[in-house]
Amino acid sequence: MAIGSPARSVTRPAPAPHHPVARLHVPNRSLRGEIRAIKVVWRRELIRFSRDRLRILTSLVQPFLFLFVLGTGLSKLVSTATHGISFRTFIYPGVLCLAVMFTAMFSAASIVWDREFGFLREMMVAPVRRSSIVLGKCLGGATVATFQGVIVIAIGPLVGVPYELTLMLEMLGLTLLLAFSITAFGVMAAARVSQMQSFMALMQMVMMPMFFLSGALFPVAGLPWLLAILNRLDPLTYAVDPMRKAVFAHLDISPVARHALDPGVTWWGWKVPGLVEAAVIALLGFGMLLIAIAEFSHAE
Amino acid sequence: MLLAARGTAPLSSLKGKLSLNERLTQTTNTASHLPEPPQGGPGIPAVSVHGLAKRYGDVEAVKGIDFEVRRGETFGFLGPNGAGKSTTISMLCTLVRPTGGSATVGGHDIVSERDAVRRNIGLVFQDTTLDGYLTAEENMRLHAELYGMPRESIAARMPQVMEMVGLWERRSSLVNTFSGGMKRRLEIARGLLHSPRVLFLDEPTIGLDPQTRNSIWTYISELEQDENITIFLTTHYMDEAEYCDRIAIIDEGEIVVLDTPEALKASVGKDRIQIHTEDDAKAIESLRERFGIEAKIVEGAVTFGVPEGESFVPRLFAELGQPIRAVSVARPSLDDVFMSYTGTTIRDAEATGSDTSRNMAKMMNR
Repeated sequence: MAIGSPARSVTRPAPAPHHPVARLHVPNRSLRGEIRAIKVVWRRELIRFSRDRLRILTSLVQPFLFLFVLGTGLSKLVSTATHGISFRTFIYPGVLCLAVMFTAMFSAASIVWDREFGFLREMMVAPVRRSSIVLGKCLGGATVATFQGVIVIAIGPLVGVPYELTLMLEMLGLTLLLAFSITAFGVMAAARVSQMQSFMALMQMVMMPMFFLSGALFPVAGLPWLLAILNRLDPLTYAVDPMRKAVFAHLDISPVARHALDPGVTWWGWKVPGLVEAAVIALLGFGMLLIAIAEFSHAE
Repeated sequence: MLLAARGTAPLSSLKGKLSLNERLTQTTNTASHLPEPPQGGPGIPAVSVHGLAKRYGDVEAVKGIDFEVRRGETFGFLGPNGAGKSTTISMLCTLVRPTGGSATVGGHDIVSERDAVRRNIGLVFQDTTLDGYLTAEENMRLHAELYGMPRESIAARMPQVMEMVGLWERRSSLVNTFSGGMKRRLEIARGLLHSPRVLFLDEPTIGLDPQTRNSIWTYISELEQDENITIFLTTHYMDEAEYCDRIAIIDEGEIVVLDTPEALKASVGKDRIQIHTEDDAKAIESLRERFGIEAKIVEGAVTFGVPEGESFVPRLFAELGQPIRAVSVARPSLDDVFMSYTGTTIRDAEATGSDTSRNMAKMMNR
């Protein structure tokens, strides 16, 4: 392979007169080739998502149900505990995470379809690294899920979350991070699970507990010890908490209310900063990406 | 790598700028001036297989096979299901790692130079590998990007291959709206997009109507002529195997025979001659006396076997000593060939498959 790269250049001493060596039609593996592969796999996700209007719509149903049905329904019941803050505002960060999580997972699930419909094979036999395919897929899923997140961010004012540039950027950044990590998780799982039914069952089994334990619907301080442990072990906690911190930082509320509703995640009494929480999500996502790449690289 | 590049370079540099025929002449001219490269040159076979083996646990799916496919030939790979056909093709396409032996495709080793092999081959599988939610053109473009084709050559090459299979007009339609035959045609076009040197077709016409089968064979023969491409195909249809330059029959993981269809049929032995006469009993008698041939009545005609039946017919008319109303000479068909080498017709082989080890191998192939 050491002499592989010169083959791509056009200028090379001709072996015989009049015959400069033209380059290979399909060039050797190169960084540029890998980037093109990542880009095209990413673009495919976007094209497919944009064609699937029904999916865009249906994936908005769940967050709306949580915000406007559950949120509104429960607000009377919990009004004394929320110190005048709308319950909808309180659960908004969690619901945003939920919307992103589901969309990302559905994007990852498409790998299972791709296998069933054979398209995965087309990608697996291409002369590019499998890591490029997996990365493109994860980036595609992340983009699609972020887009879904943007819609939920856009409806923020309806539940008392203001339009403020810094807040929106913070939420967008966290959304992107979460979307990428969840897609990586889904792709990792899809490498092992080859049937759609099993994959969907697995996802339900993983996502609902993750959502309920994450503190999306309750403050994470003063929990019974078992719930507290499970909450701290739940990766989604580290997406919901910084999201809530960001939202509450932009709300004009009393210190008492802030303390009650946004206590922040603690590790043995240490209040974990938002950046550390974001780093947890990023690290987990990166780790799962590596596992996914390894799994697909070994698959025949 | 460098030298291998030279083998394919002249063709690729001209792609798209010239018509098929012009390109062909140009290519051969250019190629003839080049000193023969040690790899990938005209002297090197398109596919070369030595002792290639694949074992799944206890099952030996492929038991160390050897064969060569020449450049520019259409090579048929036949065998009952589970005989090791798909495993062999998957190994040559670098999808499955062999457990023994070696093979090169386009002069590149299938294990150590996987990428080089992949760049030089086109694949059309039995099952579709298109994305139905994308348009035909988007599928093609995706392929071009994955294979890192230079942008300018995409623009030239894509209409060419899509027109060849008659789908250029339908390029903006979603693939899901295509019929089975259209999908297969699109896959063939896609397999050709990056100008592969070897095109692997795994059952290219299975499940298609006769008309589509015909048109697919038209493309295949066009390819052979215009692009000087090597075609490696598997098929279940014996009438299609006739189109191949050479045929290998694989059974239970071993190649039982490899030759041209003509030679294979000849190896089965005699042509079958049937004659109609006024007096069949007398004809049988004279055949025994004058030619030393044992004939019998089959389907109401005097039937016997001779080598080289066509040249025997004039002698028959001259020397039989009685008028012949009609004569027919039938060559042994490839069905007969398949039967004599594998002990079963290809259809029976498909239908039963009671052999457990075969079934196992088939499952592993999935």
